[in-house]
Amino acid sequence: MAEKPRTLFEKIWDDHVVASDPGAPAILAIDLHLVHEVTSPQAFTGLRERGLKVRKPGQTVATADHSIPTLDPSLPIADELAARQLRQIEENCREFGVPFHGKGSPTRGIVHVIGPELGLTQPGMTIVCGDSHTATHGAFGALAFGIGTSEIEMVLATQTLLQRKPKTFQVRIDGRLGPGVGAKDIILALIARIGIGGGTGHVIEYTGDAIRALSMEERMTVCNMTIEGGARAGLIAPDETTFAYLRGRKFAPQGATWDEAVARWRTLPTDEGATYDRTITIDGDALEPMVTYGTNPGMGIGVTGRIPSAADVDPADREELERALAYMGLEAGKSIAGQKLDVVFIGSCTNGRIEDMRAAASVLKGHHVAPGLRVLVVPGSQQVKKQAEREGLDSVFRAAGAEWRESGCSMCIAMNGDQLEPGQYGISTSNRNFQGRQGKGGRTFLASPLTAAASAVTGVITDPRTLLGVAPKSAAVSRPTTVEAH
Amino acid sequence: MPEPFVKTTSRVISIPRANIDTDQICPARFLKITDKNGLADALFFDWRFTPDGQKRQPPSFIDEPVNAGRQILLVGDNFGAGSSREHAPWALRAWGVRAIVSTSFADIFGGNALKNALLPIVVSAERHAALQALAAANRDGEWTIDLEAQKVTLPDGDSFAIEIDPFARTMILAGTDEIGYVRSRLPAIEAWEAVHPARVDTLT
Ligand code: SF4
Repeated sequence: MAEKPRTLFEKIWDDHVVASDPGAPAILAIDLHLVHEVTSPQAFTGLRERGLKVRKPGQTVATADHSIPTLDPSLPIADELAARQLRQIEENCREFGVPFHGKGSPTRGIVHVIGPELGLTQPGMTIVCGDSHTATHGAFGALAFGIGTSEIEMVLATQTLLQRKPKTFQVRIDGRLGPGVGAKDIILALIARIGIGGGTGHVIEYTGDAIRALSMEERMTVCNMTIEGGARAGLIAPDETTFAYLRGRKFAPQGATWDEAVARWRTLPTDEGATYDRTITIDGDALEPMVTYGTNPGMGIGVTGRIPSAADVDPADREELERALAYMGLEAGKSIAGQKLDVVFIGSCTNGRIEDMRAAASVLKGHHVAPGLRVLVVPGSQQVKKQAEREGLDSVFRAAGAEWRESGCSMCIAMNGDQLEPGQYGISTSNRNFQGRQGKGGRTFLASPLTAAASAVTGVITDPRTLLGVAPKSAAVSRPTTVEAH
Repeated sequence: MPEPFVKTTSRVISIPRANIDTDQICPARFLKITDKNGLADALFFDWRFTPDGQKRQPPSFIDEPVNAGRQILLVGDNFGAGSSREHAPWALRAWGVRAIVSTSFADIFGGNALKNALLPIVVSAERHAALQALAAANRDGEWTIDLEAQKVTLPDGDSFAIEIDPFARTMILAGTDEIGYVRSRLPAIEAWEAVHPARVDTLT
């Protein structure tokens, strides 16, 4: 009898189950463990208390990204707590023999940017990190998800994790995106549709023509924010785009091993006839640039749309909407475009890669940022920074009046001194608009690099298509049309 | 390592909000610690204090004097959305919370909570509405959450069954964690590794 058709997720899962004892979750082998300074110190302490070693330092890699300053790296770190955290990751890595891409290293950067750019992230792998945006690596067809500190300790100690098998959820994006519409808009539209808990308990696989047409950078943007829809992991089947990105990268297989690896990777895509626990379809042609108006990433609308009022939402969601609008200081029914801004942040593991820098620069070139506006451009890694400088993008940003920084998480999480002040409005290419996420009392609009850059020019939320001189591809809709089949 | 936990009897703090994210539970600026100490004060910090550090008036949920020492939270859908920070359950436990009742929990938060013997208790939307009404009508009634019997008993003596992942339940009742179990399976892990060579070597 022929084997039962399996999804991409099921193939990776089956391949990594070490043991499945009755009553216990599966023991899942982990191929790659990424570590950063914020969620790991207590795990190393735990290891030390148990008298254990890092079992597979060669499958572990660490960096410093969250609390590291993005200013001149030769300056001492003003925040004593951050400085201590940064010292600890270095000491822990030295003590336990874990390779560390730290301060001063040309390969340092946001953990989800450096994994792929070093070629560490490969199709078919299991990848974990003490960070919810580990979902990013799913763009390569790897099963990648965020874990807590107890689980970090587990992986350090055993190179495995205990996991219950999640359900599968196919998100198909059909059609072709219009000009000025990109990966960030796909994912914000999806989350607006399913809500921030909509994917709970599931692993999402993104399929469809609009996904196939995306570059690796764009695929990473989509997978990155999967967690914002409640799903721990998002996957895209590997294809020629994936292989072309990986070929020649430092840790990618070389020579004959490369051919073997590609042959293996070609067996990963979901078999014909395999089924998902749930499927939704989104019409890519109908998408427009998205922006959030509220205090979670699911509160998003098209940039030509109006801020919802109580009548537009489910009665159960009214109170939450009202609380969000009160925090944001926004008026229901008003256009989101034209909303005044104080700060623009371009960066993060969602949109801090080279293509994002290029997109932002393409809009800012020949313009100056609006008077009184603070614009911060923070590359996702030192390699992104170097590449951008090679292409002269830093000069475009500087000439436009934007700040060009060292790499790191920066204002995405506001742990390093880069932050919104209470009451300030910021448009941000990052992934979370929770209350206080970008600085206490700060108010965040999430959007794509194109939309953020266009808004930097005008000082108000702006449809990038107006600056790019492109007409919207279709009549604007504020919500994607979707069909759901269980 | 956690202490064994079997059951608790406590009054309830009702926070009738959905989608309470980890940035509300424990704001990111409190993640610079390198141990687990001091997080009780960080819990729901920005709900409790204005940006310039003044205690909000009226006081936010956990700061209401009657709520001091209560160990059970009743919250809206999708509690713990957002980041993977285990600082969220650490902060809740440090403040004294032992169990959280909701219709759903974010995946990573739910897992992290169990690893810290903090019980995420899932109830149906109907039951949740009834519990909210009960908590509003009888603020000082005591609920008992019994992990061993997998049962919640309400002030009027009514009770209902709850489900907790059986493996996590065993761990919490015994006051142990999972690393010992997985290490006991090291031979199986080594056997798997023998036929699955490492995909990368970060040391090269
Ligand atoms: S950029 Fe933001 S979301 Fe990404 S890893 Fe850093 S803090 Fe987390």
